[in-house]
Amino acid sequence: MENRERILKIRDLHISFKTDNGKVNAIRGVDFDLYKGETIAIVGESGSGKSVTTKAIMGILASNGVIEKGSIDYVWYDENTGERQERDIVKMKKDEIQKIIRGRKIAMVFQDPMTSLNPTMTIGKQIMEPMIYHYHKSKEEAYAKAVELLELVGITDAEKRMGNYPHQLSGGMRQRVVIAIALSCDPYVLICDEPTTALDVTIQAKILELIKEIQRKKDLSVIYITHDLGVVAKVADYVNVMYAGKIVETGTINEIFYDPRHPYTWGLLSAMPDLDTDDEELYTIPGAPPNLAHEIVGDAFAPRNQFALNIDLRIDPPMFDVPGSETHKCASWLMHEKAPKVEMPKSLKRRIEKMKKEAGL
Amino acid sequence: MSTEPILKVTDLKQHFKINRKFTVKAVDGVSFEVYPGQTYGLVGESGSGKSTTGRSIIRLYKPTSGSIVFNGEEISGKMSAKKIKLLRTKMQMIFQDPMACLNPRMKVMDIIAEGLDIHHLYSTKEEREQKVYDILNLVGLSKEHASRYPHQFSGGQRQRIGIARALIMDPDLIIADEAISALDVSIQAQVVNLMKHIQKEYGSAILFIAHDLSMVKYISDYIGVLHLGHLVETGTTEEIFTNPIHPYTKSLLSAIPSPNPVVEKQRTSLSYDYATSGLDYEAGTQHKISDTHYVLATDEDLKKFLAE
Repeated sequence: MENRERILKIRDLHISFKTDNGKVNAIRGVDFDLYKGETIAIVGESGSGKSVTTKAIMGILASNGVIEKGSIDYVWYDENTGERQERDIVKMKKDEIQKIIRGRKIAMVFQDPMTSLNPTMTIGKQIMEPMIYHYHKSKEEAYAKAVELLELVGITDAEKRMGNYPHQLSGGMRQRVVIAIALSCDPYVLICDEPTTALDVTIQAKILELIKEIQRKKDLSVIYITHDLGVVAKVADYVNVMYAGKIVETGTINEIFYDPRHPYTWGLLSAMPDLDTDDEELYTIPGAPPNLAHEIVGDAFAPRNQFALNIDLRIDPPMFDVPGSETHKCASWLMHEKAPKVEMPKSLKRRIEKMKKEAGL
Repeated sequence: MSTEPILKVTDLKQHFKINRKFTVKAVDGVSFEVYPGQTYGLVGESGSGKSTTGRSIIRLYKPTSGSIVFNGEEISGKMSAKKIKLLRTKMQMIFQDPMACLNPRMKVMDIIAEGLDIHHLYSTKEEREQKVYDILNLVGLSKEHASRYPHQFSGGQRQRIGIARALIMDPDLIIADEAISALDVSIQAQVVNLMKHIQKEYGSAILFIAHDLSMVKYISDYIGVLHLGHLVETGTTEEIFTNPIHPYTKSLLSAIPSPNPVVEKQRTSLSYDYATSGLDYEAGTQHKISDTHYVLATDEDLKKFLAE
């Protein structure tokens, strides 16, 4: 793990949106790193800011969105000279991002494959389009590569399929086409925004396995945004748990799933029924996420947190290092050395014990 | 089983004629029973006919053939006014997308009371209001919410309004068509808890249509697995999960992601393809495994399944 190469570094990112109801602080200080060939997952409820963060990385924030402060540093090697380059996307102009970054370096797979494909164009044309636009490839070259990509994403009879329109394909096939488009310009980073939410479980498993296989072949870095912890467990190396525009817990996948520290992570893990759940009632996190249009004093999660301390209502907790780990961090006052010892709920503890046994840890 | 089923579906077929040469057989011979106070889960991939089955039962479509008996009344054929009244009051549906199924130009009060209005189920305005307030309270919303519009609510709250609208008719059967698929994990849990609670309180039966097997396992007493319009396997939740017989059921079960990273990363799902499996659903008949457990197969296929 020593010579991991960092290709994306986000520091202290703040994003707000101007709306009729005043300013909404959607992202309130996000830090994370992405290394080459690794997969990170961002989990959280809807409205926690997962999608906004990735949109900022892609440079496609809605027009009323403003990056207040922070940096998104991106590292790449020039195609011709092989020179190492590092740029802050926040400081780049829109058309510059369009030209150098988006599509070529970072590509995105969206949630719903029906709305992200153009219904009036054949899928072949849609896969060829970015290559012709970005790399000025000839039609023949682009066509050959498009067929290759279709085969890569597991579509049989690729040449015949080139002439199909999106409505002639099933949901799983369409998502494969979207992935092929994303891969057409050989990006280093692939952002998958809920890539399987609109798909069935059987197809979901296949698509995730496909993304994993392509990642291995092409040495891609992948960012997953999802609220499905089963998906996270399958694909991610590192997990960031987001709540109300902040990352509240971060760590390796095993640290988050087998040793969660933040009460919100406890809630998320408890709310998901696994196949052995036979409790009378599923655990739910009480209350609703805070309205980010208002100033938040203290810990944003405190009103929903049964373990909240007095200080949570006044001062926002910083990121504490979890003892004994370099990667595991948690933003909760419970981690402070003077805090009372609080254990995770019993039912969750039992479940984690059982999971550990199954995993042979 | 001593009690009579609240809903008995026998050999239901729902075909859609696309043109002279081509007919889509969305549901092709499905039979099952739902008992009062219990939950029957229908699972299957998209295009397997699970939603069509639900919609045929509540008569949004006219079934091609087969029989549907609800509360002792045959409702698959031509319906008398009395039967329509029974069906529209005692059977209710909860839809998938909580935004699309609520009229954005109506207040919550009127959305929930619409069924009461149509069937004249109150005598005074106060009674109507009281009924709506009671039901709002039951689904975890408050009185003040009645004067708001759907767009002022979050996804989970909107789904509660959808549930309240179904419940106010005091239904014997609720058809929940992917009622939680569009919601976040923590909100799914809230809605599922609510449905379980309501079932206990009112004793209504639920036909729960979904593709998320872990939720279906949690909420259902019986499960039916649909594939390409055929009910390939049905049984108690226990039987389906511990002793799946049909290869399609097995592949569905193997695809459920588990929130255990070490185990999950090593797991590969079984794949199942009807075209190459050599099975013929048309030729199969329902074989009894136990009193409640049935599998669709031909005699030879069943031997093969059991040998595996």
